[in-house]
Amino acid sequence: MSIGPHLLSVADLGPEGIAEVLEVTDSFVEVSAREIPKVPALRGRTVATVFFEDSTRTRLSFETAARRLSADVANLSVGTSSVAKGESVRDTVQTIDAMGVDALVVRHRSAGVPHQVSAWVSAAVVNAGDGAHEHPTQALLDCYTLRARRGSLKGARILVVGDVAHSRVARSNVWAFDALGAEVCLVAPPTLLPPSLQGWPVRVSHDLDAELGDADVVYLLRLQRERQVGALLPSVREYTRGFGLTRDRARRLGPDALVLHPGPMNRGVEIAAEVAEGPASVITEQVANGVAVRMAVLFLLLGAAG
Amino acid sequence: MARRERVAATGSPVDLVERSQVMDADDLRRAVVRIAHEVLERNHGLEGVVIVGLQTGGAPLARRLAAALAEIEGVEVPTGTLDVAFYRDDIRLRPVVPEAATDIPFEVTDRIVVLVDDVLFTGRTVRAALDALTDHGRPRAVQLAVMVDRGHRELPIRPDYVGKNLPTGRHQMVDVGAEGVDLGTVAPGPGPGPGGGGG
Repeated sequence: MSIGPHLLSVADLGPEGIAEVLEVTDSFVEVSAREIPKVPALRGRTVATVFFEDSTRTRLSFETAARRLSADVANLSVGTSSVAKGESVRDTVQTIDAMGVDALVVRHRSAGVPHQVSAWVSAAVVNAGDGAHEHPTQALLDCYTLRARRGSLKGARILVVGDVAHSRVARSNVWAFDALGAEVCLVAPPTLLPPSLQGWPVRVSHDLDAELGDADVVYLLRLQRERQVGALLPSVREYTRGFGLTRDRARRLGPDALVLHPGPMNRGVEIAAEVAEGPASVITEQVANGVAVRMAVLFLLLGAAG
Repeated sequence: MARRERVAATGSPVDLVERSQVMDADDLRRAVVRIAHEVLERNHGLEGVVIVGLQTGGAPLARRLAAALAEIEGVEVPTGTLDVAFYRDDIRLRPVVPEAATDIPFEVTDRIVVLVDDVLFTGRTVRAALDALTDHGRPRAVQLAVMVDRGHRELPIRPDYVGKNLPTGRHQMVDVGAEGVDLGTVAPGPGPGPGGGGG
């Protein structure tokens, strides 16, 4: 088995692990398409989502995945929990672990917390996003979506556009795309790129218009407006003018080009509303595949581990 | 065993020692044709009959059975495949990996479903298959066709159509391929342990 006992990063998973998850995901796409989209595979197991940083959609996706596998679901949110009263991360996760859960799905605003948690608990730990480090299941669902549409990522020219510096999605996706043989180009203003890209298997461009014509895939990152405007960008409008996928830019894409966004979208900022709903967009497929990919991850960690 | 089945499905032979052939390709073909006749006789034709092969060993046999029925009756029988990984009762006891997605592109409710597998052993795979099938609908009847019944049942399950009854030891392995049926002992070394060859 190439996956497990935890899923902490795409980098750990490697090309074989990614391939394994994507292969198993086919089975869960079939399950999700059924009239009753549920199998008894993880009956009697408990999956806890422990989110120290809020994210409704990722949490909902994991919980839906767990329920479709017939696992029991427990959840802990920071706002309503003892974390708000000052309990440490360690005490929180060890308390949940002691209740006998089988998997902890952890999100935290600091990089490395899921890794640290995996050393403290006996449950399997799934990284649901840690700081600007990784968001492995997002990368897996994006790869699955592209594979379902294109058959393969080998040689695909993928533009990853936007705030790479603060994006865990960008980090996970760059590793995953590269592992599957795609050619990745980061497109962003210099202020939104990490200080060093040493070791990243990417090309860098500051000119979206120059890259669009050749692109097979445009992957738009969310612009975290509250964080960037002022310090790193002159204005949101300036960003859209240079790096937003506007209607005019979308027209210059090839007929088979695909547009992805991890959500939540800033319509009219990094992506025009018409483009998000246009024929090239596979954004709703990403969401649907997200549940199936997370079913595959939970099943491989809990069911296939023996 | 999942790994072994995946290997077997890609066509490379299972690593067996003291391997001996118990059915050759002709025996296999004759058995499929006989089972096809038995299916027709028992159901008075093919009205409402559908075929579902269990992943992975049963899938090619299901296609062969459908081809034999098409040749005899001139009727295309709806044929699908079923993966039972998520319904197994040993999920916590050993690694269970789905082989290939279930593909049943037709209604099973009110149909006569002929389940097809390569080897019938403990009966646990068939039990899981009955549960899995129930999630797709309510068949009028379910019948079981296997190429080899090797005994050692652990559940009250019996086949309706059998290619060959083959007495085996618990630790032997039965390998059903396109070229025939082999009986042997799993070669020692890395990889899955004994007891495979259908459940």
